Amino acid sequence: MSVSARAVTLLVAFLAVVAGAFFIVIHYLLGGPPTVDYTSSASGGQVNVTMQTDASSNPQAVADHPTWVSYFIKSPQTGAWLHTTLFTVPAHTRVNVTILGYDGSTPIRNQVWGHVTGTIGDVAYYGGKPVQVVNGWNGPYLIQHTFAIPALGVSVPVEAGPGTCLTGPCTNKAHSTTTFSFMSPSAGTYRWQCFIPCGLSFLYGNGGPMSTIGYMSGNMQVVG
Amino acid sequence: MAADAAPSPAATGAAEPRHGLRIFLIWLVASAIADPLLWFVLGPHMPPGAMTDAAASQQVDLNVMAVMSAPVTIFVIIYFIYALVVWRHREGDDEDGPAIHGNARISALWIGGTAVIVLSLFVYGTVRLISPPGAGGGEGNTPVWRPAGAPAAAALAAQTSAWQPGSVLQVQVIAQQWWFTYRYPQLGGFETTHLMLPVGQEIQFNVTSLDVIHSFWAYQLGVKADANPQLNNVAYVKTEHTGSVVVRCSELCGLWHGAMFDYGKVMPLAQFQAWAASTRTQLVALTTELPPYALTYDANAVKQLGKAFHQAGLFGAGGGYYGPQYPVSP
Repeated sequence: MSVSARAVTLLVAFLAVVAGAFFIVIHYLLGGPPTVDYTSSASGGQVNVTMQTDASSNPQAVADHPTWVSYFIKSPQTGAWLHTTLFTVPAHTRVNVTILGYDGSTPIRNQVWGHVTGTIGDVAYYGGKPVQVVNGWNGPYLIQHTFAIPALGVSVPVEAGPGTCLTGPCTNKAHSTTTFSFMSPSAGTYRWQCFIPCGLSFLYGNGGPMSTIGYMSGNMQVVG
Repeated sequence: MAADAAPSPAATGAAEPRHGLRIFLIWLVASAIADPLLWFVLGPHMPPGAMTDAAASQQVDLNVMAVMSAPVTIFVIIYFIYALVVWRHREGDDEDGPAIHGNARISALWIGGTAVIVLSLFVYGTVRLISPPGAGGGEGNTPVWRPAGAPAAAALAAQTSAWQPGSVLQVQVIAQQWWFTYRYPQLGGFETTHLMLPVGQEIQFNVTSLDVIHSFWAYQLGVKADANPQLNNVAYVKTEHTGSVVVRCSELCGLWHGAMFDYGKVMPLAQFQAWAASTRTQLVALTTELPPYALTYDANAVKQLGKAFHQAGLFGAGGGYYGPQYPVSP
């Protein structure tokens, strides 16, 4: 092989490696779930965040793992349900959260997560009825998931839906409605997660969706 | 040898300096300065502090290690510098130095000294595991070393009588993906998300997990004990100073392992008792819903209920129930 041919081969191989590395970096940096921005919709010191939980999803909405249980977050700008667990709220603002439950019940592993904490008044509302301690094993209310921001002490058991929706995001099926409010802290990133072992078929129920951003774990970005 | 090179002592007939004595004296002076500085100046600031007897013990151990290793380190550095300065190659001096192999005295000194250091540290380390009991490490379900008056682990579950200051306070550490919770069986059995302890008291940590393997690492307390599902791991400390405590998981346990930390506090006895009383009252509704206190909790129980739900046609998120086709690879 001539010197020029070897040089060209080397150059092409080098460019291929660079392109591959570039693709991987871009894929991981930009390929994650979108972030729902609630900062622009805040008014009067409050912001309304709306989510839903689904037992599984429409493959057209969730291409990667449609059989996984998942949260969806409603965009305040378009009203569309986005498959993500990342959202942004302004600092020192009352965050009013509404979670529509389209999933069935899951027994709670540690009953301590059946206790509503960190919300304003340490209370949540199931269909408008106040609850503070929910026994996920015996009722009268059943739990499907929890919404917890451990760093803020926020922990809310989410009421199970009357049935399950397998084609999330769902809009026209019967569902439960859990509401609560908490004050957003100073600027920063705060992880939130579900504490119910809802990762079917995974070790102790905590793998899969429980361990994947965009399904049952995410981040709340607080901006100053 | 070049004619203009500096003549070696052998060539001039001058006596060779006693290099060994020189190095020894320099080393002795440097070590005599370094060790007291390490012990008295740096020592009180060595981690993990002195909040508990276990932490203080670990601090002493680190100081002992530093004081013992400093002379060794200093010797290596001094020898290196001495060789560079005294035995460096000089222009025109191409003569070989004397062979040093076969020097039995140096060999015996080196091997003997190393053996003494290592064996003494072995004995020291073994003794320090006994006092304070367990040195803050998890000792398993049947700890060999227990403080005086501490009940056996097997008797813990039944000992839910009210705690009296001066007796051992049992605190159960429950790890789960991804947070620690703490249960106080002698104070009504309530469970909290933050660790609170009274100062001047003997503490018995009973560490377990509800899912995968975690590790309870309360740095300032000098405690580190693995949290295994279905197992109780006991560790002892006696709190000696008030202050804040950072609790971290030190066993890679999944997505939020890095975020699995929280803050606790060692507080005056009266303040702790007030906290315990108010927390017990605040959490009474939750405590009645908790399972009876036990040394371990069966995460498989969730499976059983999940199975019942499944069989009843209630298709929830699963609840950790594994059907016959599970587990599967994601």
